[in-house]
Amino acid sequence: MASAFTKIMTVRNTAVLLASLGAGTVATGYMLSDNAALSATDRTKLYPPSSDFPDLRKHNNCMASALTPALYAKLRDKVTPSNWTLDQCIQTGVDNPGHPFIKTVGMVAGDEESYEVFAEVFNPIIKDRHNGYDPITMKHPTDLDASKLTSGMFDENYVLSSRVRTGRSIRGLSLPPACTRAERREVERVVVTALSGLKGDLAGHYYGLGDMTEAEQQRLIDDHFLFDKPVSPLLTCAGMARDWPDARGIWHNNEKTFLIWINEEDHTRVISMEKGGNMKRVFERFCRGLKQVESLIQERGWEFMWNEHLGYILTCPSNLGTGLRAGVHVKLPKLSQDARFNKILENLRLQKRGTGGVDTAAVGDTFDISNLDRLGKSEVELVQVVVDGVNYLIDCEKRLEKGQDIKVPSPISQFKK
Amino acid sequence: MPFSNTHNAMKLKFSANAEFPDLSKHNNHMAKILTPAMYDHLRSKQTPSGFTLDDVIQTGVDNPGHPFIMTVGCVAGDEETYEVFKELLDPVIQDRHGGYKPSDKHKTDLNPANLKGGDDLDPNYVLSSRVRTGRSIRGFCLPPHCSRGERRAIEKLSVEALDALDGDLKGKYYALKNMTDAEQQQLIDDHFLFDKPVSPLLLAAGMARDWPDARGIWHNDNKTFLVWVNEEDHLRVISMQKGGNMREVFTRFCTGLTKIESLFKAKGHPFMWNEHLGYVLTCPSNLGTGLRGGVHVKLPNLSKHAKFDEVLKKLRLQKRGTGGVDTAAVGGVFDISNADRLGFSEVELVQMVVDGVKLLVDMEKQLEKGGSIDGLMPAQK
Repeated sequence: MASAFTKIMTVRNTAVLLASLGAGTVATGYMLSDNAALSATDRTKLYPPSSDFPDLRKHNNCMASALTPALYAKLRDKVTPSNWTLDQCIQTGVDNPGHPFIKTVGMVAGDEESYEVFAEVFNPIIKDRHNGYDPITMKHPTDLDASKLTSGMFDENYVLSSRVRTGRSIRGLSLPPACTRAERREVERVVVTALSGLKGDLAGHYYGLGDMTEAEQQRLIDDHFLFDKPVSPLLTCAGMARDWPDARGIWHNNEKTFLIWINEEDHTRVISMEKGGNMKRVFERFCRGLKQVESLIQERGWEFMWNEHLGYILTCPSNLGTGLRAGVHVKLPKLSQDARFNKILENLRLQKRGTGGVDTAAVGDTFDISNLDRLGKSEVELVQVVVDGVNYLIDCEKRLEKGQDIKVPSPISQFKK
Repeated sequence: MPFSNTHNAMKLKFSANAEFPDLSKHNNHMAKILTPAMYDHLRSKQTPSGFTLDDVIQTGVDNPGHPFIMTVGCVAGDEETYEVFKELLDPVIQDRHGGYKPSDKHKTDLNPANLKGGDDLDPNYVLSSRVRTGRSIRGFCLPPHCSRGERRAIEKLSVEALDALDGDLKGKYYALKNMTDAEQQQLIDDHFLFDKPVSPLLLAAGMARDWPDARGIWHNDNKTFLVWVNEEDHLRVISMQKGGNMREVFTRFCTGLTKIESLFKAKGHPFMWNEHLGYVLTCPSNLGTGLRGGVHVKLPNLSKHAKFDEVLKKLRLQKRGTGGVDTAAVGGVFDISNADRLGFSEVELVQMVVDGVKLLVDMEKQLEKGGSIDGLMPAQK
């Protein structure tokens, strides 16, 4: 690999540097002449892992908790089959120390094999983020049979809209932090070709970000479908915004209830949504759409990244397993004022957000309520958690309206151990 | 991008056309020069430390540029970048630096005795004088490409060299990650503190990685000589003071730089320099001298004159607001500096600033009296 390219420049004998270099380096006794150019392999000898270990003392993310100098030393010079390195996986976590109150993940995968080659760092992070899920011993269940969902119709006096989203990666192509332009364009081609095979209520149209007209752009903004170049440093430091807007786009069906983002944070983000409380129908469409897209790409010899321990493989470890966030916009004026609200959510394994999405504040009394977990429970299980949980919340709201008392439910189990 | 980028080998599985960036909406030097054929020819190459063509151009791909401002759109990851990718960079340099040819030689002259005058710019008009440049340390990768270990080694070496300065150059280093709140506030008040880059031009080139690790500011006790470590270049060196004595500023600049250079040489790390490109820096726009010598000068009347821009052009000078590049002038006070970097020596460039500013002030005085500047119009330098 590297050796073929290091022959391009002649390397004259190289020199003592190391005594004068940073802490922890080992003097090797090289002599650097004026014109010497060190090869990449020379550099790894000149700068041992201890000299490269990031300063994580002010950091508060999962990567900083998991990465030790010993692990870094062991893994620094390893590469995945597409030559992706540990430094490239952790750069986002080094550059973004994190917030004292929010623990970000701090590490991304460049390809499917990252999770394997750098398992010794990824596994503790996965455990940390996914409530003790152990990728080595545990198996993740995948279940996209929407018929198993019960009571999936919410009271529309309370629930304004219902939505389920996930992501999918195309096996054999690098992920957004690492992909080349050709790979990214290939992802676009594979997915758009498959989507053009969808029929009936799923038939739709693709809008490439670079090609869309002003009118199309405005319409997509008005529909709340358009995604823009990432501004979050968590994403930009991971290299996910490179070459923007090349090979990025939005596909949606004519009915505007099934939407796919291409080459944003993941190869694809798949969203099923509609106004009102029919989560059953939203989830049914979600599963049907996903399965059809999967068989359409399989017809052409492609498949999604998946394995039995990590489920669906996505760029960020926080989205492993199902990558699924199922949620509703729901009005809970009384319950949200009750001191027990957060505890009830916690026990139901639900999360609240403002209706602008993650990190926004709730406006009025309307909340975005969704599942907390992603890995260790199947899609059906997680959507059932949301259905049961939201029904419980609405029941509490109704009781409070009538002046009745409510109960904090016992915590539901996280996953079958 | 992180060093030892053998990831490039994988891209060769795809055709050059499949990988070629979409530059149809771009307006920067790189986009004007890079063709699919050139891309095909260069994409399999790497510098010895692993810097690739895609690494060179990423910032230009990610930042299409402004319809009116022509950015460069490429950066170097190490000294060898300018050699390995000369097929792209020579025309970029030629375009950016007024026709500078691959065969041209750049003259370095840091002897302040060669400057004529410059100590008598009228302080009623010239508020402050400043000269800055950059230096790269041979043997290390540049900010877009260096590893944490290298960046720390650069810092350590630089601090050791700077600590050896004495006399009016004696000073102290403030590492960005260790400074106290009090130190930080003082450096802000002195207008010395630099912050993490926010410009997408720099971010897309990977220069803000690992911030603030191994970044810092050194300045002398007199606060007239300042060195930035590991910002856009390994070192940025600045000499400045209030008033119009550019001669003194330039003298201190040359003396300080020469001393620093010999200290680095003694440690086995001379500055990156060659007789074609002069001092080698991260951005091709800063090759040669990397020098911007300038003043903050009051020109309320002249700046409103129809021929102001023409005069500046003839004098090979450039105007900016006093907040720096891309800011607007406030209260008729302009930052006036040399437009060139490569193909002229340091002495020549500062001479242009000194002579040019003298003329501008004379013109301002003429206009104040209600006179005309027609008789003062200079020839094209």
